[in-house]
Amino acid sequence: MLAIYRREMGAFFTSGVAYVFLTVFWLVSGIFFYNTVIAAGNADTSNLFGSMFIIVLFLIPVLTMKLLSEEKKNKTDQGLLTAPIGLWEIVLGKYFAALTLYVIAESIIFVYAFVINYLGDVIWPSLLGNYFAMLFLGAAFIAVGLFISSLTENQMASAVVCLVVLFVLYLSESLVSGFANSKSGYLKLVYKAVTNVSFYSRYIEFTRGVFSLTSVLFFVSVAFVFNFLTVKVLEKRRWS
Amino acid sequence: MIEVRNLTKSYGDKLAVSNISFKVEKGEILGFLGPNGAGKSTTMNMLTGYISSSAGEVLIDGVDILEDPKKAKANIGYLPEIPPLYVDMTVEGYLSFIYDLKKCKLPRKAHLKDVCNLCKIYDVKDRIIKNLSKGYRQRVGLAQALINNPPVLILDEPTVGLDPKQIIEIRTLIKKLGKRHTVILSSHILPEIQAVCDRIIIINKGQIAADGTAEEIASDITNEHKMTLRIEGPTHTADDKRLITDAVKSISGVKYIRADMEREKGIYDYDVETDGKTDVRREINRICAENGWNILMLQLSDLTLEDIFMKITMTDGGSEKESEKKSRPAPKLDLKVGEDGSLNAVNEEEKDTEKKEVSEESNGGEE
Repeated sequence: MLAIYRREMGAFFTSGVAYVFLTVFWLVSGIFFYNTVIAAGNADTSNLFGSMFIIVLFLIPVLTMKLLSEEKKNKTDQGLLTAPIGLWEIVLGKYFAALTLYVIAESIIFVYAFVINYLGDVIWPSLLGNYFAMLFLGAAFIAVGLFISSLTENQMASAVVCLVVLFVLYLSESLVSGFANSKSGYLKLVYKAVTNVSFYSRYIEFTRGVFSLTSVLFFVSVAFVFNFLTVKVLEKRRWS
Repeated sequence: MIEVRNLTKSYGDKLAVSNISFKVEKGEILGFLGPNGAGKSTTMNMLTGYISSSAGEVLIDGVDILEDPKKAKANIGYLPEIPPLYVDMTVEGYLSFIYDLKKCKLPRKAHLKDVCNLCKIYDVKDRIIKNLSKGYRQRVGLAQALINNPPVLILDEPTVGLDPKQIIEIRTLIKKLGKRHTVILSSHILPEIQAVCDRIIIINKGQIAADGTAEEIASDITNEHKMTLRIEGPTHTADDKRLITDAVKSISGVKYIRADMEREKGIYDYDVETDGKTDVRREINRICAENGWNILMLQLSDLTLEDIFMKITMTDGGSEKESEKKSRPAPKLDLKVGEDGSLNAVNEEEKDTEKKEVSEESNGGEE
């Protein structure tokens, strides 16, 4: 697993994906930081984290698009799958490499905290709570992206599908919000089902100061399930 | 070392590999031969655990590849048809990654250096794989298979894309590796298999069409003979040609004779085809001796590996071959590598008398 993790980390930087990812992430989050904290004269970072959801949503596909699709296209998966390692090691090696880069990007928050420290008082509980919420959100999204990447040989297709899936997850709640007070039991059921697997409201909950353990557990479970599915996809390819 | 039992792979209705069984002993170099799409790569992918088999089993050193894949795979070095190279890495970086991937315990620097030297890529070790030529990439691919010194090497068309000099180098290398490793190599290039392998398996349409040394395979499928004669007549004119043609034609067992091109002045080559049951060489020798003609060359040209290969792959699998084998008593044959590297079948009984004369002459006359 370590070998694959290290190679993936190297590949992020040699292929330039890491630079694009970090630059865009930091640039956009910097703008949000300026708008919501400095310009607003507000030491609370909750609004900043609320906006960050969109950045995460758009940038995760960039991170995961080529992780497995490129392997399949270049037939390098043949090297990995015939090496004396398990499928979980392959998948988790890649997963944690992407997650590491994400954490590096996200940790820009501490630079912002440093800036806030000069202007006022940092509200640490809120900041740290949100930081971890964002970490778990990313962990779940990366697993989804990795899974989608395992389904195709084309990294553009992988990125677009991943973006669409994440976007649908994001929008699904507002789509069904009208069903909440519906009289039809069926629509209510749909509403309940969708809100139960909602990413956005769970995440926003954190920015409002609620550190919900269920939500953390939800994100971690999503990450596990999608990694598991990725392993199954690799295994299925062998058996087809 | 490697044991394959009733290996089968089907994609839906299409049977890619059907019921293949064979064994490879330690230190043996086995050649997989077959036309494109015969199932060579599929078989190799199953041997290495890249894809699963639909039925049957693969045992690497007694370990089933599907039951204990990690342990079985640790014994295999695999060079797939397209080397699994990460093109954005340097050669050294890539090999170092493979070293980690295979959880190699040998001293890293020394082992990587050994492998690089063996594959002659030490000079390019700091270059990015993307910028290497096909030949170098192929050698890097071979190098990654060699890391951790696996006892079994499986090489899928290892010499594809190399120039003639590199091909010879790689062949020599494979031969050298064959002393310490068990090697399975696939190719559709016949001289390559001939030059390198101890044993050959010919695969056609997903089935084993022939298995054995080149000699065994040749003796299994032979049923008719062609030979080339070079006879010197007394007058060195076209009259000789007619006389000799008529005389040889009259020998029973000769189906067909045709005077070929003039090799030396007034000396012709004759293509002779026999029915395969009778050995006409002694008779030819007798006639020539009686008439005072000199045989300058006698070469059985029917059983080069090319012919065997064509013969097997043109027919529909093994069943037809089997029946032929039973109905016709196969002459006992010995394979000789000629001066030009071609493989020629020679009848084993009495190669002593006739052959001496023949081979001496043919050395001079052949290109």
